[in-house]
Amino acid sequence: MARIDLSRLAHSYVPQPKAKSDYALKEFDLTWDDGGAYALLGPSGCGKTTLLNIISGLLAPSHGRILFDGEDVTMLPPEARNIAQVFQFPVVYDSMTVRDNLAFPLRNRGVPADEIDRRVKEIAEMLEMTPVLSRKASNLTADAKQKISLGRGLVRADVNAILFDEPLTVIDPHLKWLLRSQLKHLHRRFAHTMIYVTHDQTEALTFADKVVVMYDGEVVQVGTPHELFQRPAHTFVGYFIGSPGMNVLPCRVDGALATVGSHQVPLRGGYRALPQGAKTEIGVRPEFVRLSRTDGLPVQVERVDDVGRFRVVKARLDGLAVNALLPEDAEVPADGVRVHFDPQATNLYVDDHLWLTEGEA
Amino acid sequence: MTLELHNVSKVVDRETHIRDVSLRLERGSLNVLLGPTLSGKTSLMRLMAGLDEPTAGRIVMNGRDVTGLPVRKRSVAMVYQQFINYPTLSVWENIASPLKVAGRPRDEIDRKVAEAARLLRIDRMLDRTPLELSGGQQQRTALARALVKGAELVLLDEPLANLDYKLREELREELPRIFAASGAILVYATTEPAEALLLGGHTATLHEGAVTQFGPTLEVYRRPHDRRTAQVFSDPPMNFLDIEVRGGMAWIGEAVVPATGSLRGLADGDYTIGFRPNHLALAAGRPDAIALSAVVAVTEITGSESFVHMDYAGCRWVALAHGVHEPAIDTEVRVWLDPHRFFVFGRDGRLVAAPATAAAAAA
Repeated sequence: MARIDLSRLAHSYVPQPKAKSDYALKEFDLTWDDGGAYALLGPSGCGKTTLLNIISGLLAPSHGRILFDGEDVTMLPPEARNIAQVFQFPVVYDSMTVRDNLAFPLRNRGVPADEIDRRVKEIAEMLEMTPVLSRKASNLTADAKQKISLGRGLVRADVNAILFDEPLTVIDPHLKWLLRSQLKHLHRRFAHTMIYVTHDQTEALTFADKVVVMYDGEVVQVGTPHELFQRPAHTFVGYFIGSPGMNVLPCRVDGALATVGSHQVPLRGGYRALPQGAKTEIGVRPEFVRLSRTDGLPVQVERVDDVGRFRVVKARLDGLAVNALLPEDAEVPADGVRVHFDPQATNLYVDDHLWLTEGEA
Repeated sequence: MTLELHNVSKVVDRETHIRDVSLRLERGSLNVLLGPTLSGKTSLMRLMAGLDEPTAGRIVMNGRDVTGLPVRKRSVAMVYQQFINYPTLSVWENIASPLKVAGRPRDEIDRKVAEAARLLRIDRMLDRTPLELSGGQQQRTALARALVKGAELVLLDEPLANLDYKLREELREELPRIFAASGAILVYATTEPAEALLLGGHTATLHEGAVTQFGPTLEVYRRPHDRRTAQVFSDPPMNFLDIEVRGGMAWIGEAVVPATGSLRGLADGDYTIGFRPNHLALAAGRPDAIALSAVVAVTEITGSESFVHMDYAGCRWVALAHGVHEPAIDTEVRVWLDPHRFFVFGRDGRLVAAPATAAAAAA
């Protein structure tokens, strides 16, 4: 296990990068703690695969350094970094049995036979593959093959880190639940440093202790799932995490009061000295929007989607979209609907970045 | 137009892929095929399209038997999970191809391609080739091609599965609207219950090649006819427990309580209760909620909600609770079951009682 430091790391696929837009990865520092479970989350094209390839050694960064436990590995090839990787599609030897597939990474490194037996047994037990250990991998379903891939990634005790690149894409929803909880269990048990790349917010949030959110080549927030939900550091985080994402409304701010159109919205604290000419917006998640007939800002309800355990109310406030989430049994008033934003959960964004109140700053 | 399947089965190498399916799909309707991988969604779509011929049963379009009729003689368009486009042709040529094959006049092709590209928001990409597009734009190109065809039957086989989460959210909202305007019968296959609920329309749940239920989507969700359907239409998975009812009392795990909620009035006997993860509470609720002790297996936190996986009497359950809850693994946790939220199944798996709110909604 190792702590991984990325120091002033940046990457451009262009030979002589000049503009910021030439960088697939814009300069940043980041530390991955030893034994942490991390998710790397972002839309396709945000740079997460580039970053993963730099950590694994498949790609040398154009700028900056990578340190494993303080040792510079920037120029080391993948095989010298002692990292295990699990990919989107199963990587298994069809002609081998499940047991031999799982044992392969250990045999390759000359691990003693009795230890191989012990580890393979343990991993197979965890992945509920004990009954099929003697079967040829070729006869198994895609799901089972991907479980072998996961097992091969997890079988070595001595790796610096385990990298997962969208490992559950090909897996059925029901099995996803099971595999995710097993992965989490394995993490608790062996405390590997794990980095899990995905564009799926549910996977990222449920797997990780800390989520690294990337957008357009930048790390826009590193936080616990709760922090990403409660205080998105960037409007993109608010939009990308949550379904539907955070409501973002342009506003003017005066002390502890925001003005949206001609309506006033109380904030959780006062703001002072906002930069001149900057774009100011409030962000409030649909979970914190309450509907009322007496209290709040008047809206037109456009539609109500009943999705079983809750209802999504899509409304317009002076033409701006506002979504609200209601519990499954809640009534939606037929007319004269107003929306009320919970001030504690209403955030202020200045040029897309979270701005703290006077008390918080 | 209507599409009817009468007792359709498909057997390949003595293996049954589709088992005695009967369905009637109406003009302009949206129909979701919901089921896990290998439950028969793609096989059923291929039979509907005429790409495969059924082993038994009949397929009737607009009252005409088309059972043996090949796909090219039918009015069908299909879009797959993998983006399929002609890599060397431009986006414009990709979308135009079915119209060119049909020998339509140039001005009609121009008009239809422009309109489809506008609806799918790729009108600025028309000169590019598919490989110069993002995954979402490539799939929009395939969808636009299906749209210009003006087919009476449009089959979408997990069309958004390979796209980013947020893109999926957007397209999922647009797609039914775009195709509804064409009056086609839209059939949409997915493995995800949440996607079925967001799409609405009608849903057919599939299990091992058989349709277990077909009806308005919310009705199937709220009143699954049997345990299989409830299982297929629940993510996270529904929680189950075998119980006993005798003389107005219910034996639920370690608890013996008066039979209230969905259990009220049940004949003496053995049942299985099912309850959704959001109805397995980590805090006491109604006075007649049933308290049990389970052992925590793992917890997952999404930020706004927590999933607590637990073991109870040999069953794996999951609770979905608001806020952050992180009970320690392998410790006992107190949970509350609300009998008003129970689905009750007979030991044969048939639904005996459903939550009262659901019954009212279905009535």
